[in-house]
Amino acid sequence: MTSLERHLRDTLTRRRQNGAAPILLMSHLVLGYPSLEENRRVIAAMVAQGVDLIELQIPFSEPIADGPVIAMANQASLDRGFRVEEGLAFLGEMVQRHAVPFLLMTYYNILHARGWEPFIRQTAALGGSGLIVPDLPLDEAGSAISLCREVGVDWIQLMTPTTPEQRLAEIGAAAAGLCYCVARKGVTGRQTAFDSAIYAFLARCRAATSVPLALGFGVKTGDDVRNLVGKADIAVVGTAAIEIHRTGGAEAVGDFFKTLKTI
Amino acid sequence: MSQGYHGAFGGAFIPEILRETFRQLTEAYRTARRDPTFWDDYLRLMENYSGRPTPLTLAENISQEFGGRRVYIKREDLNHTGAHKANNVMGQGLLVKRMGKHRVIAETGAGQHGMATATMAARMGLECVIYMGAEDVERQRPNVFWMEQLGARVVPVTSGSKTLKDAINEALRDWVGSMDDTHYVLGTACGAHPFPEMVAWFQSIIGEEARRQILAQEGRLPTHIYACVGGGSNALGIFQAFLEDTGVELVGVEAGGHGLATGKHAARLAGDGVIGVAHGYKTYFLQDADGQMRDTHSVAAGLDYVGVSPILSHLRDAGRVRFAAATDHEVVAALKRLMRAEGIIPALESSHAVAQALKELPRLPPDAVVIINLSGRGDKDIFTVADAIDDPGWRHFIRAKATQYANRDTTGAT
Ligand SMILES: Cc1ncc(COP(=O)(O)O)c(C=O)c1O
Repeated sequence: MTSLERHLRDTLTRRRQNGAAPILLMSHLVLGYPSLEENRRVIAAMVAQGVDLIELQIPFSEPIADGPVIAMANQASLDRGFRVEEGLAFLGEMVQRHAVPFLLMTYYNILHARGWEPFIRQTAALGGSGLIVPDLPLDEAGSAISLCREVGVDWIQLMTPTTPEQRLAEIGAAAAGLCYCVARKGVTGRQTAFDSAIYAFLARCRAATSVPLALGFGVKTGDDVRNLVGKADIAVVGTAAIEIHRTGGAEAVGDFFKTLKTI
Repeated sequence: MSQGYHGAFGGAFIPEILRETFRQLTEAYRTARRDPTFWDDYLRLMENYSGRPTPLTLAENISQEFGGRRVYIKREDLNHTGAHKANNVMGQGLLVKRMGKHRVIAETGAGQHGMATATMAARMGLECVIYMGAEDVERQRPNVFWMEQLGARVVPVTSGSKTLKDAINEALRDWVGSMDDTHYVLGTACGAHPFPEMVAWFQSIIGEEARRQILAQEGRLPTHIYACVGGGSNALGIFQAFLEDTGVELVGVEAGGHGLATGKHAARLAGDGVIGVAHGYKTYFLQDADGQMRDTHSVAAGLDYVGVSPILSHLRDAGRVRFAAATDHEVVAALKRLMRAEGIIPALESSHAVAQALKELPRLPPDAVVIINLSGRGDKDIFTVADAIDDPGWRHFIRAKATQYANRDTTGAT
């Protein structure tokens, strides 16, 4: 069991013992959007309101798996001159400042340009807990996964409703820390219906791996989170937080997570 | 089990959600390739609908100008809808029918691929959506008009640099949500496996014909073949039939834009491309030190792309294909020259191949036999070319049209 997985399990147990709903909250933000200074404020607000896990996206010019809101945030950050170097420094700073685990999410070319080995080693040295690279499928990721194991960063796998059983099992076997379950076909940011299809999908994921399951894509409300209790271990909220930040600033994001927390 | 590599290039770097879709497509493509009736159906369709075989025209006046070196032009401009894009689109259309899907999406730069896809969709009874960079919508309005008239919905893409690469991202996003009933008709020999291999296969019809035609007309193989390179599909289309003939020099011509030194170009293999992974595959991309894709520039929207076919990257590194770049300026000059000398109106994209051949012809041996692959015709470029030539008559015509529309709008007539 990796230290991230142990941390998640311990937190879930504690929550159960305290009589709280056994589900963790994971948030997502795009580095440099609208600025690193605002990222700092939002993260402080998220941590203050009990967000359990934070995913930092290093912007890429070709974010093929992201919906319009996050794609726009990627582009806006790059237009303002965002550099990968400052993104990594920011990760180091956040790990020092806050007690929650931080994951890095980005596309493979960002790792490739730096050299995937130095990139993974640096992530580990800075205290990053995990890496999510949606365009580097299991078949291409073998060496990266081995290095991640060696340096103590969890390579986070994605499971999707279109993934066949056999493949779910392969992904599940290689999974570390947690598995990211994609709630539906389509990119981030659209509405997801929390219905029996999602629960059936989560049950398939559960059968394929022992690591905690995070469900993301379209989680926007307290009801959505409540619906996931007992079915997933972590609810991932991305686009909704970015939209709220855009209209209400860092404080509104804090308030939003507070409502999600008191389900 | 990494599939679809050409040397170090290619692969399938796709989000997990699309994996099953790519598996089904690969399966359908493989089955079609093994089935001889599929290629027969394809040939018949291209013959009866697209006007193939396209001629291999001897450019007599240019040949004479260059001291009797024989210059031939492979006339992909004579395909239905005016470009080689028809070859790929009709092939994929036949596959769509086999897969039983009823909606197609495509990305387009110059609009030629979008137009070819819209045509195919109309003929085959498929719903059709075309993604096009907002900037390309502006510069290729005639093609947008035709796509819409053919029944396609054209979606201008306003993200990123508003050109082809962003249209590709948008089409991929559509596909991630629609793969059950939708096929993504990728326009060139790029993207994740099996697209590069599959598109190159459909385009191989160009070279197969050209090889037969040059042997019939000259009794020997050509010494040089020139083709422009956007994604690389027309170049691969003609090159493939000659790969084993080491006496034939293959030259790919990229967009030199304002010149390689200015950074405003799309020369990945002749310029400063760096190996990377984007849009689902590994190849040379124009990118910065962080791995962010750079903005590209070309007077020809169809060549204005940051990546290039992984098959061409491999052939370059293996030393089989030589790459060069022609500037916007050279391209417009070459276009004028071909029109005046031969009465052929090439697309701005294709004019890159013409420009490079014209540059090199004086240095070629006197018995050289050259084929220029003319990937498309120039009608679509009338606005861009008239601008570049700064034609006063055209300016007058546009002004008069604008006034006419303005008056009509203010009087409320329709
Ligand atoms: C006429 C024409 N030629 C060439 C190209 C470049 O594409 P490729 O390199 O795939 O042939 C295009 C692309 O739109 C085109 O319209």
